[in-house]
Amino acid sequence: MAGLPLAAAAGTPSPGAVEQEGPSVPLLALDTLWFQVTGTICNLRCSHCFISCAPDNHAFGFLSLQEVEGWLEESRAYGVRDYYYTGGEPFMHADLPAMIEKTLELGPVSILTNGTVLPDHRVDPIARAARESRYSVEMRVSIDGPSPEMNDPVRGEGTFDRAMAGVRKLLDYGFLPIITAAQVWPPERDEEVRREFMTRLRGVGYDRPRLKILPRLKIGREQFRDRGYGPGERVTLEMMEDYDEAQLLCSSSRIVTSEGIFVCPILIERPAARMGYTLKEASRKFDISHKACYTCWLHGAICSNYGAAGRDAV
Amino acid sequence: MPSEPDVRGPLAVFGGVYSNHLALEAAVADARRREARELYCLGDLGGFGPNPDKIFPLLLDAGVEVVRGNYDDSIARALGDCQCGYTDPRDNAFARISYDYSLTRTSPRWRAWMNELPSKIRVRAGGHRVLMCHGSPRRTNEFLWDSTSSTQFLDRLARAQDADVVMVTHTGLPWVRELPGGGLFVNVGVLGRPANDGGTAVRYALLTVDEGSPAVEVVSLTYDHEQLAHEMRAERLPEEFVETILTGWWTTCLEILPAKERARGRF
Repeated sequence: MAGLPLAAAAGTPSPGAVEQEGPSVPLLALDTLWFQVTGTICNLRCSHCFISCAPDNHAFGFLSLQEVEGWLEESRAYGVRDYYYTGGEPFMHADLPAMIEKTLELGPVSILTNGTVLPDHRVDPIARAARESRYSVEMRVSIDGPSPEMNDPVRGEGTFDRAMAGVRKLLDYGFLPIITAAQVWPPERDEEVRREFMTRLRGVGYDRPRLKILPRLKIGREQFRDRGYGPGERVTLEMMEDYDEAQLLCSSSRIVTSEGIFVCPILIERPAARMGYTLKEASRKFDISHKACYTCWLHGAICSNYGAAGRDAV
Repeated sequence: MPSEPDVRGPLAVFGGVYSNHLALEAAVADARRREARELYCLGDLGGFGPNPDKIFPLLLDAGVEVVRGNYDDSIARALGDCQCGYTDPRDNAFARISYDYSLTRTSPRWRAWMNELPSKIRVRAGGHRVLMCHGSPRRTNEFLWDSTSSTQFLDRLARAQDADVVMVTHTGLPWVRELPGGGLFVNVGVLGRPANDGGTAVRYALLTVDEGSPAVEVVSLTYDHEQLAHEMRAERLPEEFVETILTGWWTTCLEILPAKERARGRF
């Protein structure tokens, strides 16, 4: 919710520090357009959600099919490369299949789901559209640990088994879902957790599991679950020297929500991250002074399917 | 804007060679047979295959013009890795073996030569402005896959470069896209390893430009892949790499594949 005290409040400038304009990132090109298609409405209430989604969080609402079609049309002139659907839980939207079919006429699609609400009448038409398209449909299923013991305390009782059943269903429909796990375990257990994930996924018949591990974003509900950002965890002008800004999502993406266009999926609860109400307005540069920007700075475009673009070689 | 030399077609355009000197030799002969007048290579000369020094005399003798790939940039400057940006630990482990082998086995002379390679080549052919580069026109190590690149996006990249025809490699998988204005965007595939399709043939592109609209053929090329496998084993390169050469299925560097391309492969 917008009223939550953000971790940013924790930082106090050191005495004698000179006030200066913070670093900003220009939109180099609109490569990716996101749709927060179900707003902050989700069937789950995960304890680490960076935008505090829940069944009763109506801070951001659904986008209509007609709205999405309008944005798709407007996006063509920008040469958008691909489209992402997130929420909330996108599969709660009755028009998701129609939206995906429409989007695949223009380009590839990624859908970020918790895997616990996958009715056949929504999965089936999307699977058919995916088969017929030249473009990929990536299903990203969030599971935060390779066992109920690790996942369920974060995502809710029974969600591990339900999400694994969702993975099985997506496999049956011909998808190769990317399991997206927020790193809720200590980093030193990475390798062990990755191995256990592979074993579990093979156990439900996923013979070539795809796994993406995400760093945690210490905002929203997560700042209370673990901790918020410390005062030193902030992007400074010096940190942007010799840094390749193309690694940051804000240099190549924007997200359409019911409340306007925001810079990225993470910062929609921050008023300063609302870039405007048209793609043109939203194409201005963004001041990356938010604490969560620090996580992106460290890890690159964490929200993208295949990791950051990497530094330019030449 | 650098001057664009006028050339006559057809143009043979090779992708990553990955030290596959036997495929390179076969490709040069095949292109000559098809009366290609100009030969190009879009970079990623080393990695994966055996005895990296073998390909350089072949490129020079055949008069192949070469673009610098991310691999060449890394080897030339002895960087820490190949700049492919893998995140999967298994992919990274194999990339490391391949990179360390290539770095230690490429002579200083050829590393210096690679350091002089341009990141782009522009020519004018049959009135068409042709741009050749490694990953994408805006980024050497950007992966342009068929299933994740919208036509409107490719058109934007081409227009930003004032190019009618854009030719890239880097991903290992060939594809051709017609652009709205009649232009072409082509991934020429690679000579280094098969196209993850269960066949041992490798690919390159033949661009015909002399009459009217540009046209491209993705050429499927057979070569002595068993001999290459033999040489790879002699160099103690990973059996996983050899398997790819012998079966046509990719066994490593799979995590970067998008859903559609991944689904077509065996692993």
